[in-house]
Amino acid sequence: MPIIEVSGVRKAYGGRTVVDGISFTVEEGEIFGILGPNGAGKTTTVECVEGLRHPDAGTVKVAGLDPVRDRDGVTRVLGAQLQESELQPKITVQEALQLYAACYPDPADWRALAERLGLTEKLSTRFAKLSGGQKQRLFIALALIGNPRVVVLDELTTGLDPRARRETWALIEEVRDSGVTVLLVTHFMEEAQRLCDRIAVIDKGRVAALDTPAGLVSRAAGAVVTTFTPSAPLPAADLAALPRLASHEERDGNVTLTGTDETVTALLALLARTGTTAHRLRIVEATLDDAFLDLTGEAA
Amino acid sequence: MTSAAAPAKASPGRAVLRTETRLFLREPGSLFWIIGFPVLLLAILGAIPGFREPDPANGGQRIIEFYVPTAVVLAMIMAGLQAMPPVITGYRERGILRRMSVTPVRPQAVLGAQMGLHGVASLVSALLVIVVGRLVFDVALPGQPAGYVLALLLAIVCALALGAFISAVAPTTKIATAIGSIVFFPSMFTAGVWLPIQAMPDLLADIVSFTPFGAAVQALDQAAAGDWPSWSHLGVAALWAALLSLGAVRWFRWE
Repeated sequence: MPIIEVSGVRKAYGGRTVVDGISFTVEEGEIFGILGPNGAGKTTTVECVEGLRHPDAGTVKVAGLDPVRDRDGVTRVLGAQLQESELQPKITVQEALQLYAACYPDPADWRALAERLGLTEKLSTRFAKLSGGQKQRLFIALALIGNPRVVVLDELTTGLDPRARRETWALIEEVRDSGVTVLLVTHFMEEAQRLCDRIAVIDKGRVAALDTPAGLVSRAAGAVVTTFTPSAPLPAADLAALPRLASHEERDGNVTLTGTDETVTALLALLARTGTTAHRLRIVEATLDDAFLDLTGEAA
Repeated sequence: MTSAAAPAKASPGRAVLRTETRLFLREPGSLFWIIGFPVLLLAILGAIPGFREPDPANGGQRIIEFYVPTAVVLAMIMAGLQAMPPVITGYRERGILRRMSVTPVRPQAVLGAQMGLHGVASLVSALLVIVVGRLVFDVALPGQPAGYVLALLLAIVCALALGAFISAVAPTTKIATAIGSIVFFPSMFTAGVWLPIQAMPDLLADIVSFTPFGAAVQALDQAAAGDWPSWSHLGVAALWAALLSLGAVRWFRWE
């Protein structure tokens, strides 16, 4: 049984539809990403999962429970890190851990959790004096302190420097390896590609695509990128006629083509037929960035 | 977690109260204005020799005697209007209430703890004013203790309800602080900080009697003099407390 089931969820604020019929399921033990541009409805969707918002239509189930009607049950199995949320400026790390531990019937040992998240040195530091990375580590600790089965992390690494971001990624993988399901909201492609088992790409309140990161990339029109410098110029019409070609660019004698495997096969045939040598030939898979832009129609 | 050395787990409500108490004690500014300022004001006014002399114009009562109930209500105004609204709106603005609401504990626990702490602090301040009034300025203890306690509790509820109402209608901490300050001065005036109600012209005194703190001060004054406070003063204070509480509940937003 999936641990999170979202089906046909709609939510509008003052007549403006923010979430327009979103459905997905999250299996126990996976890192499920919700990826989308700003304002796509990602946060509203997870707020329905957390029980902070009431969907206008559709149903949400977390471990078989309705987050709004069975608030108590859901808060016991779901830990959350909220976007742009803070703590009392003068609360210390230890006080925050103890306070939130007391909120749950069967909490984790806060000392062990502090140790695991590298917060032991900071136990007597007040929240306002923590760095961005330390604050986020504390919020991960608070999300885990109730021994949840699911954690929802919303834009966890926004505002962190690259080093702190990578450290946080390692922590998220550790969390998943300990058997906790992770629902990760992000707008960083690299983060989604590195961490997620599956990704729902959300655009304008709808699920634009739902697949593994590799699946999303291969699904995109320009999944394979080929670059080379031909020994002699190739006729532009021949290049443009390649099958499944998504884009074609020539600059300073360098040719860049995007398309599928079929495009590449045809290109190689064209090179052989015209007796052209392709210098510095590189054939690479597109990144999730390319797939994302393609899926959300945000290409420049 | 099963650890033999682990202490008995605190109940959620008690853990919230303990944490909020610690945080409350880390705000020296609030503590000064709630607990230090009213008694300081009484001491300054008591230092004026004329205020300590029986005044034939007031039926032989000394001015300082009027100022004890005023200073008591001032403690409540400081706690409810000045100190509490920025804390509550700040908790909402920073997402602290939202964060608490994704745990099995409801965020009402945090608000309840804050209101309780501000209420207790204003009560401590009131006792300090009464004790200093008695020991330093020889102002008799309340002659009608039960009536005094009732009036005191109503005054606290009024101040907390007004503070909660301000927190409810103010969208941001800055606005809450601004509204608190705007309401603060008329509240001080109606509590008789600048002019004891007994010394106000009749019409003004009548108007002030219909304000929450004007009614509370007069009820306290009557109980201090040994009479049961008049039901009209208690009723006015109770009505304000009820209306403001309803308004606060009606308009409060958790985010």
